[in-house]
Amino acid sequence: MPPIIEVKNLCKSFETKEGRVDAAKNISFSVEKGEIFGIIGLSGAGKSTLVRCLNLLERPDSGDVLVNGQSLLAMSPKELSMRRQGIGMIFQHFNLLMQRNVIDNICFPMEIAKVPRAKAKQRATELLETVGMTDKALAYPAQLSGGQKQRVAIARVLANNPEILLCDEATSALDPQTTRSILELLQHISKTMNITVIIITHEMSVVQQICKRVAVLDSGAVAEQGDVKEIFTSPKTEAAKRLVISGVRPVDLMHGKKMVRIIFDGQSSYEPVVGNVTLAFGTPVNIMYADTKDIGGSAVGEMILQLPEDPITAQRMIDYLKERKLVVEEV
Amino acid sequence: MVFEKEMITMLLEGTRDTLYMTLVSTLFGYVIGLPVGILLTVTDKDGIRPNAFVYRIIDIIVNIMRSIPFLILLILVIPLTKLIVGKSYGSSATIVPLVIAAAPFIARMVESSLKEVDKGVIEAATSMGASDFTIITKVLIPEARTSLLVGVTIVTGTILGYSAMAGTVGGGGLGDIAIRYGYYRYQTDVMLVTIVILVALVQILQGIGMIISRKLDRRIA
Repeated sequence: MPPIIEVKNLCKSFETKEGRVDAAKNISFSVEKGEIFGIIGLSGAGKSTLVRCLNLLERPDSGDVLVNGQSLLAMSPKELSMRRQGIGMIFQHFNLLMQRNVIDNICFPMEIAKVPRAKAKQRATELLETVGMTDKALAYPAQLSGGQKQRVAIARVLANNPEILLCDEATSALDPQTTRSILELLQHISKTMNITVIIITHEMSVVQQICKRVAVLDSGAVAEQGDVKEIFTSPKTEAAKRLVISGVRPVDLMHGKKMVRIIFDGQSSYEPVVGNVTLAFGTPVNIMYADTKDIGGSAVGEMILQLPEDPITAQRMIDYLKERKLVVEEV
Repeated sequence: MVFEKEMITMLLEGTRDTLYMTLVSTLFGYVIGLPVGILLTVTDKDGIRPNAFVYRIIDIIVNIMRSIPFLILLILVIPLTKLIVGKSYGSSATIVPLVIAAAPFIARMVESSLKEVDKGVIEAATSMGASDFTIITKVLIPEARTSLLVGVTIVTGTILGYSAMAGTVGGGGLGDIAIRYGYYRYQTDVMLVTIVILVALVQILQGIGMIISRKLDRRIA
């Protein structure tokens, strides 16, 4: 069976006043059915352009987008409209119809798909229950909070039973707690309805919470892609490092100092490494940051240490930590 | 200031004629202006179906028609008026130039209202597989309805003013009365009364328009 989405050598550029901008440079990746796939990048990395190429809201200059093995670019406008009904999209700013109440917003895609009114109403009511908004059926979007609006948007996108759900910075306008609940809802939907989810974000925490695989985007190109856990523990490219590290603290503060990031996972020894390093070298290290994260269901510890200025001692410390099977990276 | 019975009848008929000209012209103005306004919105460079050629052509025509002073237009279209209505004076005849003057103005009002609709909502509809027609009828117009209705109110007020101007060339209605009695016969009291009626009409139409548009707006929590 072919992957549900396959992007092949996709290129897209724009002409702006400042000249040509390559928003997507030869991007290739594929997503398996039922998977939650992340696309992460800083702003300006080309994420929004890329996600819009996946349902042809933007037409790529070259390359191809295959959905279930069929090229979207080869489709007629009519076929594309039909195909789009199976590719749902939710947005950072929700994009609900402000002059329609919640239930009529959810009915909207079914009006497009020409579902009879009574049947659409019934389905909308069921979907409201799925997203936990039954009591707000007759409210208007202006009366809802950000998280509630996104729940309505999710109910709306599910109306036509999509196979694929594209999320364009869907949690970026929400507070951390609401973000978590929306991500849980997406995870639940993906699992129970077997929907493939593609999440576009600039926040590593979002990817960590629900994605299994991720592609890191940097100035229009895929810098690296693979397992979230692997990229989190040992980012290979500059872009990935920046995202993994900047997610939690101001990198600028640490610039120019001798810093290392060490990762503990389930396999690390129970030895008190930091204490031992200090004892072994007779000079202290400074703990700048420490955290434990849940990545794909397993706990991963992360710590940033400031090492002594003396390069020889610092190098020996790094070797010492590496001998203890820790992932050590210079920041 | 006591008016004869005939004078009161005449003022009442004048009010009726003014309302008739204004409302019918607004209606026909929208029959032409609404589709043109939609076409301008849709074909503009960030519209749903950009077409620089079509946009430019309509844009120029609308601008030219809007720059012709109404009094000149009144006279220019007399042959057309005769063709359609059969005569060039009276309130029905005035509707023709009024519609021609109002349509491009309405097209611009419609265009600016429709352009206020959030691009994200249009994008969402496109992502659901909506056709251009569906986007126009189910997204653009309903989402802009408050602004469109405010536009109708402004247009109605403007046409009312134009209809009074048409009185100078025998257009009928209150403007006609004001010119004939107030200006040519120096009956200032008649002129004042027509002005008061015109002001009252504008106020009432404006009030009704605003109440309806506010009642229909769901964007306020």
